[in-house]
Amino acid sequence: MNTELTGIIATFLLTLVIAIPLGKYLAKVFAGEKVWTDFLKPLETGIYKLSGINVKEQMDWKQQMKALLTINLLWLVYGFFVLIFQDKLPFNPDGNPGMTPDLAFNTIISFVANCNLQHYSGESGVSYLTQQYVLMFLQFVSAATGIAAAVVLFKAFRDKTTTQLGNFWEFFVKAITRLLLPLSFIIALILTFNGTPASYEGKDQFISMQGDTVNVSRGPAAQMIAIKHLGTNGGGYFGVNSAHPFENPSYFTNMVELIAQVIIPIAMVIAFGFFIRRKKLGWTIFGVMTIGLFMLLIPMLSSELGGSPALAKMGISQTTGAMEGKEVRFGPAASAYWSTVTTIISTGSVNSMHDSTMPMSGTWQLLGMMINSFYGGCGVGLLNYFIYLIVAVFISGLMVGRTPEFLGHKVEAREIKIAAIITLLSPFLILAGTAIASYVFTNYGDASWAVQPKNWLNNPSFHGFSEMLYEVTSANANNGSGFEGLGDNNIFWNVLTGVIIFLGRFLPIIGPIAIAGLLGAKKFIPESAGTLKTDTKTFALMTFAVIIVLNALSYFPALALGPLAEYFTMLK
Amino acid sequence: MKKYIIQSIRLTVVLLVLLCVVYPISVAFIGKMSKGSGGGEKITKNGKTIGYALLGQSFNKPEYFWGRPSAVAYNAAGSAGSNKGPSNPDYLKDVQSRIDTLLKYNPGIKKSDIPADMVTASGSGLDPNISEEGAAIQVARVAKARKIDEKKVMELVAMNTLKPFLGVFGPSSVNVLKLNLALDEL
Repeated sequence: MNTELTGIIATFLLTLVIAIPLGKYLAKVFAGEKVWTDFLKPLETGIYKLSGINVKEQMDWKQQMKALLTINLLWLVYGFFVLIFQDKLPFNPDGNPGMTPDLAFNTIISFVANCNLQHYSGESGVSYLTQQYVLMFLQFVSAATGIAAAVVLFKAFRDKTTTQLGNFWEFFVKAITRLLLPLSFIIALILTFNGTPASYEGKDQFISMQGDTVNVSRGPAAQMIAIKHLGTNGGGYFGVNSAHPFENPSYFTNMVELIAQVIIPIAMVIAFGFFIRRKKLGWTIFGVMTIGLFMLLIPMLSSELGGSPALAKMGISQTTGAMEGKEVRFGPAASAYWSTVTTIISTGSVNSMHDSTMPMSGTWQLLGMMINSFYGGCGVGLLNYFIYLIVAVFISGLMVGRTPEFLGHKVEAREIKIAAIITLLSPFLILAGTAIASYVFTNYGDASWAVQPKNWLNNPSFHGFSEMLYEVTSANANNGSGFEGLGDNNIFWNVLTGVIIFLGRFLPIIGPIAIAGLLGAKKFIPESAGTLKTDTKTFALMTFAVIIVLNALSYFPALALGPLAEYFTMLK
Repeated sequence: MKKYIIQSIRLTVVLLVLLCVVYPISVAFIGKMSKGSGGGEKITKNGKTIGYALLGQSFNKPEYFWGRPSAVAYNAAGSAGSNKGPSNPDYLKDVQSRIDTLLKYNPGIKKSDIPADMVTASGSGLDPNISEEGAAIQVARVAKARKIDEKKVMELVAMNTLKPFLGVFGPSSVNVLKLNLALDEL
């Protein structure tokens, strides 16, 4: 077996070796049981005291959501103004300008929502102050928001009947102190000692071997790269994200960053099973998600390792696989693996340019983001999966003629309505968004925006359509990667994706929490022979079928117009 | 509601101190002990910085090994890939002209010897490496331009080839900057 494949197999196995114990640990942390990191308690007590928080106060699901939304809105306002005025604030050694209001609108929503779609470029669009005090700060707290929301869902199913779902602030703070901050610290140091800049020095200049004058952007990057992966944020320090040699110096750091972005999403699934004392359910969900990963990964590997058919026609060697937009130190296998995990999880960091991957790879990337719950983002992946579960429970209930129930609680009209709305939201936002963009592109090509619509696309024909579809899909999935050829820094894309990111973030958090809160408050029905068991292989298959059918029905026509059409034209 | 607003403000301020002051500054402080003191490892020649170990730079003279095509001409203050799609006709023309250039400057190589990485732009535009195949097709040209034995050049290529991580994970690669430095030092 070649070393590229052994590399990704080792990466995946190491991920599991870390993620599974981490999941058990998280279950204990959030249940308030004894763990070895309890020495951090004084730090947490200090934070609560300074913030005027009493963690003994129990919240129901509505209070949880109020607390979550309040603090998120506060960050939106804070970050928006700092981004606009960054040129007048300190720590701007490269003298970068302030953001335009529409770009700041997009950027701040994007980072509050854990999306990290970036319409600016790291080297020229932000200062050291905004990189750290706005963007990196939000990478921590948005990930912690997602994790805390998932823990609220855990709480609803731990006890038989309850409206007391714990304290939001406690989950939120613990997600940072017990998980994100310590792990970020370790990963940032690993990166620093492998070559990633971490100091506050400004731009450097040197004369190259052939006599060219070269400017070098630097800065405190390692700190941000650590949390961008752990928190499934994905927003890079430099413009090309983890393809940049500073941001991802070697194959080793590539493995570290790949592992970092997957461990928390997997750990949360395992933690769910342990927390609600139904380990088998946790493992079943993990199983479905892992099968989903491989179903997207294997065809992606085959198309990238096979090389470009168009280049093969020119008669050059294809032994190194498709290399446009890729880095030699990673190779096509590790790049394909990365692009699979970064799209199924909502990280959206990249180590190769997705715009230049093969057409079928584009299909798998898009599908990963559309499904958005094969592991999924920090905390929110599980919330997305929960919606599919409820739909699967409902459909199975109808099929066998039993009242649908989930973990001993009857699933009734109200819950199904919420699940249906959340299920329909994604296709609505993605398809309507792409349709509006295509309409503007074809009919208002000369609109006087920063980038005129006729100049939006970097590639003609079907691939150009894919660029727009990808952008909107990435916004809705809170993913943040892009077909970066798209000229997206103008008022149209900034506003459109800003709105989509906002809706695509908060409604899919509120929906599942509302369902969980409503279910948790209902009378507990003990399991009987007539109960539909949700931790069996049959039900896992059912959930998988629901996921595939819902997404295929919603998106096949759009995929057919973009990457699939390109694939078939290239076969000619 | 008002209670949540005040708690949110206070918690945000506390976390700003912890996450944006304590955390990054302690990493930067410990990072001072790394190569390049956390500012990126530099490569110097005769006391002058001539590059960064991790960043590729532009080479097009015949006596140097060439790196990969770059969409931003190796601008280390504005990284970018080409973002060209695989079926884009303009892009395919670019690739064809890169193939022609390589064939012109490296007489004696066959088209089927050229690996894809030598005619495609890297993701960052700063890729410091080429594949072993990419170095192999340039050996004859470099040796001729420097009037040295091909065997000597091949030895240097081998010395500057980075094997897969731990011998078994990932591809091998050749660092162009270090290889060219070694050539100049002959």
